[in-house]
Amino acid sequence: MLDILKRPVYTFQEFILLSLATIRGVFRKPAYWGDTVIQMDLIGVGSLPVVSLTGFFSGAVMALQMARALQTYGATSQVGKIVAITMVREMGPVLTALMVAGRNSSGMASELGSMKVTEQIDAMRALGTDPVLKLVKPRVLATAIVLPLLTILADFLGLVGGWVVACVLLQLTPGAQYWDTAWRAIEYNDIAQGLIKPFCFAIVLSLVGCYYGMQTTGGTQGVGRSTTQAVVVASVWVVILTFIIGRIFTRL
Amino acid sequence: MGSPASDTVLAFEDVCLSFGGECVLDGITFSVARGETLVIQGAAASGKTLILKLSLGLIRPTRGRIFLFGEDVTGYSDPQWNDIRARIGVLFQEGGLFDSLTVEENVAYPLLNQKREPLGEEEVRRRVQESLDFVELGHTLDKLPSELSGGMRRRVGIARAIVTQPELLLYDSPTAGLDPITATTIMALIVKGRDVHHATTVMVTHRHQDGEILERYRYDPALGRLVPAEPGATRTRYMVLREGRIVFLGTPAEFDACKDPYVAKFASR
Repeated sequence: MLDILKRPVYTFQEFILLSLATIRGVFRKPAYWGDTVIQMDLIGVGSLPVVSLTGFFSGAVMALQMARALQTYGATSQVGKIVAITMVREMGPVLTALMVAGRNSSGMASELGSMKVTEQIDAMRALGTDPVLKLVKPRVLATAIVLPLLTILADFLGLVGGWVVACVLLQLTPGAQYWDTAWRAIEYNDIAQGLIKPFCFAIVLSLVGCYYGMQTTGGTQGVGRSTTQAVVVASVWVVILTFIIGRIFTRL
Repeated sequence: MGSPASDTVLAFEDVCLSFGGECVLDGITFSVARGETLVIQGAAASGKTLILKLSLGLIRPTRGRIFLFGEDVTGYSDPQWNDIRARIGVLFQEGGLFDSLTVEENVAYPLLNQKREPLGEEEVRRRVQESLDFVELGHTLDKLPSELSGGMRRRVGIARAIVTQPELLLYDSPTAGLDPITATTIMALIVKGRDVHHATTVMVTHRHQDGEILERYRYDPALGRLVPAEPGATRTRYMVLREGRIVFLGTPAEFDACKDPYVAKFASR
């Protein structure tokens, strides 16, 4: 029994140690701002197409599926409200984080994993550079900055997607009413929740990607294994965290 | 055993290393004096590379003490290790070059990132060029490591190891996987690097020919090539590891005379 628990407990302990070293690293020099900007470009600009498409179509699907239910109750004017609340609170942050986890946590794990198995991380340490400062910190900072911005974009495009379906395709409600109900439905609590979530997801999914990369062993096969583990673990944590944060906010 | 002698560059004192309860190095005790060359041999997974990693502080011993340049570095933190690492040059088995950086950036990396007096851009470029000329790759500045052959990558690795003119040079299987001609070229550069900069050298290798070259040749700056070393002038010693233990440590003459069948396999000439 203890042997079964040993591996996950060890993994969790190492993950916590890497997280603490990264938090300490944020306040330590050198800053490696150049690397952070490069990562922001890779994660932020690089994820724009996939995040835009996901945001747009999730809003469109939401309006499409809600149309029938709202018609039953004669409440088609409320479609904007439903799309807005769902996108801002839940679907925008979660779907964006899942897209970035699939694209970037895997990228971080494979990049750092390749460096690990080709002794580049050892070489970096031997040449006087702390890999946590040089490799992990820029990725975590960059993700923490760009994921909330990508989420805002996904939220907006989701509302546009909902408008296209509700007002242009199905003509459930006039456009002005759609935007008015959507605007009125969003409260400060929703905006706070919709921005804190991606920030927390960003920290976790970037740390998970870096952790599995830095722990890679076993050559190219090991890199593949780390990449898969990073995506799976990061995605599961996104879903768990959204519940925890959502629960905290419903009590506020 | 207390502190090592003043001219000792690297010393291990009863060092043990375990991973998950399994002992991979046990009772390792040796020292390397300034200007000396130590050739470490042994079968695969006998712990040779681990000795180099312990010497660089990349892993910490489970027990025992490690001395570098007269300091007990066993309990050093990473920032303290960085001061020590600035005095060591290392060539990893696969070269350990950063594949996203050009050859020039790779060789300049220790000059720009290790703790030392900051150097001007011109001075960095001059030293990088000098170091790459030393390994006869002065024309590859703008190339990426992926554009180079295995032997060339090793030579760039040597250029990066010697660019700071370190007091101690560590080589991890520098000729592994190379053809005999390229392997001899690499060994000639290692002897040149040792003799030109008077560096203490520790080399891990599978090939007995590599040890022979270090033991029997020296670099003649006047002729610009290797020449046979004078008999008795060698400062080379051999160490043989077996399953994490030292089974031989001694001079070339003792190495040749050793009757142990395991050691004899590495000494076969």
